[in-house]
Amino acid sequence: MTAMNASTLRIRDTALRVARAGQGQPLLFLHGPGGLAESQAWLPALAEHYDCHAPEHPGYGGAAVPAWLDNVRDLANFYLDYLDQQKLRGVHLVGYDLGGWIAAELAVRNSHALASLTLISAQGIHVPDVPATDVFLRTDDDLVRDTYHDPALAARVLERAPTEEELDVAVRNKEVTARLTWQPRGHDPDLAKWLHRIAVPTLVVWGANDRILPAEYGRAWRDRIARATLAEMGDCGHAPHLERPAETLAALTRFTASTGSPA
Amino acid sequence: MKFFNFHLMPYRHADLEAIQKNGSAWVTFSNRHYDPQLGAELYHEYLDQMEYADQLGFDGVCLNEHHQTAYGLMPIPGVLAGALARSVKRARIAVLGRALPLLNNPLMVAEEFAMLDNLTRGRFIAGFVRGIGAEYHAMGINPAESQARFAEAHDLIVRAWTQPGPFSYTGKHYQFNYVNPWPRPYQDPHPPIWVPSQGSSSTIRWAAGLRYTYCQTLSPIATVKKFFDMYREEARKAGYEAGRDQLAWSNCIYVAETDERAMAEAKPHLEALMTRLLKMPMEMLLPPGYTNIEAMKRIKSTRAVGAKPQSVEDLVKSGLVIIGSPATVREKLAEYEDLAGFGTTLTKTQFGTMPDGMVRANMQAIAQEIIPHFKDAA
Repeated sequence: MTAMNASTLRIRDTALRVARAGQGQPLLFLHGPGGLAESQAWLPALAEHYDCHAPEHPGYGGAAVPAWLDNVRDLANFYLDYLDQQKLRGVHLVGYDLGGWIAAELAVRNSHALASLTLISAQGIHVPDVPATDVFLRTDDDLVRDTYHDPALAARVLERAPTEEELDVAVRNKEVTARLTWQPRGHDPDLAKWLHRIAVPTLVVWGANDRILPAEYGRAWRDRIARATLAEMGDCGHAPHLERPAETLAALTRFTASTGSPA
Repeated sequence: MKFFNFHLMPYRHADLEAIQKNGSAWVTFSNRHYDPQLGAELYHEYLDQMEYADQLGFDGVCLNEHHQTAYGLMPIPGVLAGALARSVKRARIAVLGRALPLLNNPLMVAEEFAMLDNLTRGRFIAGFVRGIGAEYHAMGINPAESQARFAEAHDLIVRAWTQPGPFSYTGKHYQFNYVNPWPRPYQDPHPPIWVPSQGSSSTIRWAAGLRYTYCQTLSPIATVKKFFDMYREEARKAGYEAGRDQLAWSNCIYVAETDERAMAEAKPHLEALMTRLLKMPMEMLLPPGYTNIEAMKRIKSTRAVGAKPQSVEDLVKSGLVIIGSPATVREKLAEYEDLAGFGTTLTKTQFGTMPDGMVRANMQAIAQEIIPHFKDAA
């Protein structure tokens, strides 16, 4: 496995911690509401195949919330700045949950630096009459149980007693997540209107047994984006890249290989 | 000391077992449990009690604001203040709401409160609160923006009351080309502003700085003293000595012939309030960003300690409520007044499931046996 190297960059006046490793086509991974730590276990596998960039969103992981950060659109513009500053082209953009929402907002704005888009259990749109979990009324432990289809996997995650510092970071992560996603809950009514602007091949990855955002959401993303395919993972909850890491990686590498050589 | 009759207007017919089963009387407790026939009766019963308080000589009546809960039926307290503005002839009327961050248009509160101030010819008291955490679930307002929205709405309302219009206002959360409300407040420069809180140090500092009356919500008397001391200290830092009229304590008082009788009568109703109507999960009480991480940890730890329901005896012992014979209540109230130093008691004479007959007897006993002993020296 490839170890990730962490460094801190400045994007305009904002400090950004980025975990980076691997060679090949560039891949930008955008994490979910649990912070980068939650998805950390999957990153070395990505780095086996790609030049993997995994930033921790401003305001997450204990970092101060920048004065400019009010909504998900702000983060989409921020990561466009990141792509510009790093002079990245032909990027495979991958986002999980909140990170998927940021990725979709980014791709709607400007797909020029992208080779492809992958949305894993992405927030960002509203599907009428499909009951989703109100994550803000669940306890942290309940949320872990909601995330995984396999109760044994959830139990293993819950076994680990977090440190005081990790608990503080979790509280702060949740606070930024509320700032970004509380109202309208988990979506932006303006985003769905412009999804046709996503000009790159798109892979939507969803757990068939997702209890937080049910699989109808995955189908809705696929139906709204022009060049999208859906990989639905059986026996899998809200975090396919953690519950079915090998299958999710295989789906991703097959997909990016099929998108042709990068620009 | 000033005595205010503070009402929560609970839905006292609520199915306590159903609340227990749901885990809370708030937000997710279905309004199928609300019977409009009974509810209409309750509104009139409670408004009659407020008018009775006026007739008995209470200095004021006090309304509050909560949303989507059997705990209290006053989502829009201004409606009830309007109903009382002409029938409560003498006492002051306080609305403790409104929860400013929940408003998408704070100018409507500037208007509503100015109307009430005119209707009562200056007997109105304006409360500004942030609302408890459950409100942010109920009203779809981002808790992470709560403090910023409160600050902005407050500034806008006070400016609307004091600065001749029209003027324009451009904030982060609220923007208006024309701020020019008619009517203007009756009181000059504006109604007194009261600020209830559970004891947030930033709220206490802010209220002391602006000389607003600070109202401590239901808390043990030692805690009340601590927060009132904090207010006095903040006032000193701001360069003045806080007067007693700047501090109000919210409590429950129940008086009967003997201590034993008072306890036996009040107990089931106080238990309904404390163990059913007030109960909510931590995620509902403290949504992310509603308060800073230190306060959140403090509240979580105190709640965790108090996870087992406190007995009514414990509540009385800690001085969260006063229950007993007239002599006992007089003695305790005097003791707490000396200890914490407040000029107003915001007293719930009705609490939980307490029926009308008991409430009226309690109010009468307070008016006859307690209030005369605490008349302010002329």
